[in-house]
Amino acid sequence: MLDFDFRDLESITMPKFFILTLFLFAFSNPILAQSVDAAAQTVKIALAQEPPQLNNMTATDQVSIFVLGHVMEGLTRYDRRGNLAPGVAERWALTEDSATFWLRKDAKWSNGDPVTAHDFVFAWRNVVDPKTASQYAFILYPVKNAEAINQGNKPLTDLGIEAIDDFTLQITLERPTGYFLKLTAFVTTFPVQEKFYRATGSAYAADSKDILYNGAFRISDWVHSASLKMEKNPNYWNSEAISLEVIDAEYITADTRARLNLFIDDKIAYTQLDGETYKDALNNQFRIKKFVTGSVYFLEYNYRPERITHNKKLRQAIQAVFDADEFVNKVLQTPGNLPGASLFPSWIMGVNKPFRQEYPAVVTRPDLAKAKQLLQEAKAELGLEAIPPLILLVSDSPTATKQAEYMQGMLKTKLDLDLKIDVQTFKQRLAKMTNGDFDIVGAGWGPDFDDIMTFGDLFASWNLNNRGRYNNPEYDRLVRKAMNSNDPEVRMAAMAGLQTIVHEDAIILPMYEQGVIYLQHPKIKGMRRTVVGSDPDFTYARIVP
Amino acid sequence: MLKYTLGRILSGLVTIWFIATATFLAMHAVPGDPLMNEKATTPEIRENLARKYGLDKPIVEQYVIYLGNMVQGDFGISFTQQNRKVNDIIQDHFPVSAALGILAITFAALGGILWGALTALYRNQLPDIIIMFLVILGISVPSFVFAALGQLLLVNINQWFNISFLPVAGWGTFAHMIVPSLVLGLGTMALLTRLMRSSMLEIVNEDFIRTARAKGLSPSRIFFQHQLRNAILPVVTVLGPQIAAITTGGFVVELVFAIPGLGRYFVQAVQQLDYTVIMGTTVFYGAFLVFMVILVDIIYGFIDPRVRLK
Amino acid sequence: MIPHPALQADDFTPELSTDSLEQLSRPSLSYWQDAWIRLKKNTRAIISLYLIIGLALFTILGPFLWTKDPSAQDLDQISQAPALPKTALLVSDYLPWTPPVDQGHPAEPTGYPDTLDAVTGFAIVGTPNTQSIRLTWSPVQDAGGYSIYRSESEPSGLQGLGLPLETIDAGNILGFEDRLNLKSQTYFYSIIPTDGLDEFDVVTTLKVTPVQSITMSQALERGLIDPSDAPGRSVSLAFHPFGTDYLGRDMLARLMQGARVSLFIGVVAPFIYVLFGVFYGGFAGYLGGKIDQFLMRFADFVVALPFLLFMILFKIGFGIGPGESGILPMLVALILLLWPSTARLVRGQVLKIREQGYIEAARLLGGRPSYLIARHIIPNTMGVILVTLTFAVPSAIFTEAFLSFIGMGVAPPTPSWGSMCNEGVKTMLSHPHELFFPALFISITVLAFNLLGDGLTEALDSKMRSRE
Repeated sequence: MLDFDFRDLESITMPKFFILTLFLFAFSNPILAQSVDAAAQTVKIALAQEPPQLNNMTATDQVSIFVLGHVMEGLTRYDRRGNLAPGVAERWALTEDSATFWLRKDAKWSNGDPVTAHDFVFAWRNVVDPKTASQYAFILYPVKNAEAINQGNKPLTDLGIEAIDDFTLQITLERPTGYFLKLTAFVTTFPVQEKFYRATGSAYAADSKDILYNGAFRISDWVHSASLKMEKNPNYWNSEAISLEVIDAEYITADTRARLNLFIDDKIAYTQLDGETYKDALNNQFRIKKFVTGSVYFLEYNYRPERITHNKKLRQAIQAVFDADEFVNKVLQTPGNLPGASLFPSWIMGVNKPFRQEYPAVVTRPDLAKAKQLLQEAKAELGLEAIPPLILLVSDSPTATKQAEYMQGMLKTKLDLDLKIDVQTFKQRLAKMTNGDFDIVGAGWGPDFDDIMTFGDLFASWNLNNRGRYNNPEYDRLVRKAMNSNDPEVRMAAMAGLQTIVHEDAIILPMYEQGVIYLQHPKIKGMRRTVVGSDPDFTYARIVP
Repeated sequence: MLKYTLGRILSGLVTIWFIATATFLAMHAVPGDPLMNEKATTPEIRENLARKYGLDKPIVEQYVIYLGNMVQGDFGISFTQQNRKVNDIIQDHFPVSAALGILAITFAALGGILWGALTALYRNQLPDIIIMFLVILGISVPSFVFAALGQLLLVNINQWFNISFLPVAGWGTFAHMIVPSLVLGLGTMALLTRLMRSSMLEIVNEDFIRTARAKGLSPSRIFFQHQLRNAILPVVTVLGPQIAAITTGGFVVELVFAIPGLGRYFVQAVQQLDYTVIMGTTVFYGAFLVFMVILVDIIYGFIDPRVRLK
Repeated sequence: MIPHPALQADDFTPELSTDSLEQLSRPSLSYWQDAWIRLKKNTRAIISLYLIIGLALFTILGPFLWTKDPSAQDLDQISQAPALPKTALLVSDYLPWTPPVDQGHPAEPTGYPDTLDAVTGFAIVGTPNTQSIRLTWSPVQDAGGYSIYRSESEPSGLQGLGLPLETIDAGNILGFEDRLNLKSQTYFYSIIPTDGLDEFDVVTTLKVTPVQSITMSQALERGLIDPSDAPGRSVSLAFHPFGTDYLGRDMLARLMQGARVSLFIGVVAPFIYVLFGVFYGGFAGYLGGKIDQFLMRFADFVVALPFLLFMILFKIGFGIGPGESGILPMLVALILLLWPSTARLVRGQVLKIREQGYIEAARLLGGRPSYLIARHIIPNTMGVILVTLTFAVPSAIFTEAFLSFIGMGVAPPTPSWGSMCNEGVKTMLSHPHELFFPALFISITVLAFNLLGDGLTEALDSKMRSRE
C-alpha cells in the first residue's frame, strides 16, 4: 500500500526505548530456538518471497522451483555430488529418436499410491496442453509433437509419451536431443497424479494439502507469506539417504539486510548477501562463501531497422570502449562476479571440458582510439552529424539503475555519446521490450537446463525472447545444426561459430557473469549450490554436532 | 440520526463504486500485459491465459462481470499466486496487518497526545524543543532507516546479553509485534504530537478555559475536562483515515520484519499488474476508509456537541 | 431651587479642536500587518528565515562556487568518506597479467590427500597499488587448488578471513591478481590449499598496503596531468569535501544540484496542495450538509485510489519521454493526489469553528461565506494548517524520490536529496556519509519550515498576544 500521507514518516522518540525496557522481561522468549539442531536434524531458513506457483507444471520462479525440487522428484535427479542419478526411473535406454524409462516399484506418493508411468503421461500432456498455458512448455518440445500440440495444432493424445505398463514409460523424440535426460530432472517434467489433480478441482497447489508429494520432503505446514515447513517424507523410496528431518522456512522476506540480521541472531542458517550488506557480514567475522549463479547479464540492442543501434559500427564502438573488468571490480564490487566476455557463461560444459576452455572467447582491452574511429564510421554510415541520445531501458531495481548510470557516465566521458535512462516498472518494461520501444535494454539470462542450447538459441530469429529482433541466417543455421545433432563435437563447433558471431557482430554487450556471496552455518554439511534447478539443494544436507 | 447514518452509508457505497470503476479503468489503461512474464510466451499460450482469467472479453463485459462478482463478495482468483482466491488473501493477511496496526495506532495516539500536550504545556521550554527536534528528525529520515535501525538494535541487544530478548523478525507472538508496531506508528505519532501541540495552544487562551480557571477548578481537571477534550478534534480527524491506512499494512515494515501482512500485496499487485488483487485490495481499503471517515463524523458530535453536520 | 447659572454666549462656542484625543496612540494595523510585526519579533521565525536564506544560497550560488560536475564519475574514489585531498601515484595503464604456472607440478593431485601443508612463499609481485595487487606462492605438495581471501582486519586462524576472492582449481597455478575495489588501506590476504574440492584447515596470511594510484589515461581523462607527464610522479586527486557516492561522484556538487529538485518539489507542491486543501475543506465544512457530504466523499475517493498505479498512469498521460525529467507533471500529480488529508483536517476544524459566537455574529452582520471563510474561519485553523504544511515538506521530498525511482520525476544522473537518501540507506553502516548528508539537508529544510510554521502560528493567533 503506498499512501504517501504521513504514515511513512517515522521517528525515534522517547517511548521507543522506554517501552523496550518495559517489555524486557515481560516478553522475553526463554526458549533459545537456534537455526540448526543436530539432534533433531532441523535447519531454519528464510525465503525471499512466497512461492507463487507450487504447481510444478506451471512453476517458473526460483523460490517455487526451490521448494518443488525438495518435495517432488522426476524420472532422474541430481545426487549429492551433483551428478545425474536415477530418480523415479530405475534405469533407462536412450536412442536417437526415443527413450525408455523403467520406473522403480517402490516410488510412492505421499498418500501411499505408487508413482506410475501414467502419472508422467498425465503431467506431460498437461504441460503441453495449450489450456494449461504453461510458460515452460517448451522444455518438453524435444518430445514428439509437443510443439504442435502446444500451439493447438494437434490433439493431446499425439504427444510422444506412452505408458507401456504401470512401470514402463516410452518417449518418442521429435529430433535427436543430447540433453534430453537432463530435462527429466527439471520440475516441469515431474509427475502429477491425475486422480488427485482432478479431486482438488481448481485448487491444485493452492495450499500444502492440495499437492501430492513424491520427493524427499513434504510440506507439512504452509502459512501464506509467513512460513513454509518441509518435513522428511516417510514414503520417499530413498528416505534412508536423507538426513535432514525438517527444513523450516520460518521467515519470508525479500530484504537482504533483514535476512542477514536473522542470520546474525542465529535464527536462519543460510542467507545470500549483496553488495550493500556484505561489509556488515564481514564485520561479524563470518566465513563468506561464493558461488557462480550461472546467469549472464548483458546489454541487448534493438535491431529493428528504424533504430540506430541497427548500425554495427555503433555497437562495436560501444563494445570497444566498455571495460568489463573495471565494471565488475569498481561498480559491482562484490567478489564472485566475472567480467562478461561471451554469451556463454564459463561453467557451461563443452565436449570434455568447460566450453569456454575449449573455445576461449575473444577478450580485448578497451581501446578508446579504435572506439572513436568506429563511432566516426558509424556516423558516416548513418549520415548523421552526431549520434542522437540512445535510450537505455532498465527495470526499477537499484542495481539496474546503478549500472545504467555507470554506462551513461562512461559513454558520455569517453565517446560523448548521450544515453537516456528509461526506468520502467516490471510490466511496463516488459511491454516496452516486446514492442521494441528501446535502443538498448539491460537484460540477463539464466539457464533453464544444463546444456549450452539454453543460451545458444537466444538470438535465433524465431526465439520470442530475442526482443531486439536480431536476425542473422548464419546464426540461425548454426543453432539448427547444433539442435539436430547428437554429436558433442559438431554441436560445440557450431556453438563456437556462434560465439564468434556474437562478438564480431556485437549482438550484445556482455557485462558480467553473476556471482553471489552467501553465509552458511558451519554445522551444515552437504548443502549443494547448483546453477540449474533447485538452489540451494538441502536434499542431502546434514547437521553435524 | 438513523436517517443521517443511512444517508452516509449510501453515499459511501456510491464512493466505493466510483473507486472500483476508476481503478478498473486505470489498471486497464496502464501499459503492460498482466499475463506477460520475463520469459516470452507464444501467442497461443497468452490467448489461453486470457481466456482463463476472462481477459478475452470486451472491457465493458469484463467490467460488468467484475462488478457483479464484487457485489456478491467474490474478488476472483489472483493472476500471480497459483489458484489463490483474492478473498483468501484478504482474509489471511488483513488480520495480521490489523493486529499490528491497532498496536501501532495505540502507540501513536497515546504518544502523540501525551507528547503534544507536554510540548504545549512547556511551550518554548526545553521539553518542547527536545520533542520538536525528535519529531523533525523522525519525519526527515525515511521510514526504512528506522525499521532497519530498530532491527539492528534488537540484533545487538540479543547478541550483547546473549538472550532472545525480542525476535528480530517474523510473526506469531505478541513479542514479534512490539518493535514493528512502534516503527509503523512513529510517523503518525510525530504528526499527532505537532497537531496536538498546536491545537492545545489555541485552546489555552479560549474564554472557557479562563472561566474555568477563574472558577477555581484544579489544573488537572481543566486539562482533562476542558483542554484535552477540545483540542482532540484534529487528532480524531487524522486518526480515522490513518487507522484505515495503517491496519491495511505497511509495506516497508512488513518487508523488513518479515511480517505476512496485507501491505506487500498492494505494492506487488500493481508491479505485477495482478488485476484481481489490485481491485480486491483497493476496494477493501476504500470501503474501510469510507467507513472510518463516517465513524469520525459521528464521533465529532460526541466530542463537541456544537458540531452539527446538517 | 438652585438657580441656573446664567448661560453665556461663549458657552456655546465649540471647544478647541482636540484632534489628538481622537488619534490612536498606535497606528491602525490590519490583521496581517499585525501578524507581520509580531513575526519579525519572533526568534524562531528569524532563525528559520536565516536557514531558508542559507538553503537558497546553497542552491543558487553553490554551483557557482563549487564547480565540480555532479555527474562526473571518479572510479578511483568510490564511496569515499569526507576527507582532505589525496595524492596518488601516477602509473602506466593497466596491462593484464598471467599468473605463473609451474609446469613441473601436477594440476590435480593423484587421489585425495589427507593433509596438506600450509602455503609457503606467499609474496607480492611488483609494487602493490590500487590498480592491482599481484600475489604469488610456492606450490604445495598434493594440492589441487587454492582459495584466496581478503580481509580488512587481521584474521585469527580460520576466523575472519574476509571476502572469498578466488578459488583456483589447479595446484600448479601460482599467482593471483586482485583488482576488486582496492583502497589505500591495509589488507590481509589469506591463502588456503585445497584438494580441488575442499579447503584444508591451514592458512597463510600476508599483509599488504597498496599505494593510492591512478593510471595515465584516467588522469588524462580527468585533466589532472599533461600528456607529457611520465608515470612515477605524484598527482593530486580530485578533492571531495563531503566525500563521494557509489560511483565516485562528488557529494557536495550532487547535494547542490539535488537541492533544486528537492526544494522545488518540497516547497511548491505542499504549498499548493495545502492551499487547495484548505479552501476545499473550508467550503465543505462551512457549507455542510449535502455539499459537504459530496465534497468529502470525493476526497475519500481520491485517497483510496492506488497511488502507484495512478502515478504510472500519469507518467503515460503526460507523455514523458524515456529518460526525460518530468518535474512539472510530477508536481501536478502530487497536488492532484495529496490534497485530501489537509482538506479533511481543515473541514473538521471548520465544523467546530463555524458554530462559535463570532462567526454567527459576522454572519448576522451580512458576511458572505467566502468572506467568513477567508477572514474568520481559516485564520482560526491556521495552527493545524501550518502543521500539515510542515509535514508535507518531507513527505513531498520522499515521494519525489520514490517517483524518480520508478522512472517518473527526475531522470538519472540528476540527483535529488530524496533519491540520494534512498541510495545511502543501503550502505548506511559501511558508508554512513552517503545517507547522513542528504538526510541532514532534508532535516534542515524541515526544521526551517517547522520553525517558520511555529513563528507564523504565534504571529497569526491574535489571542496569543496576551501571553507575550
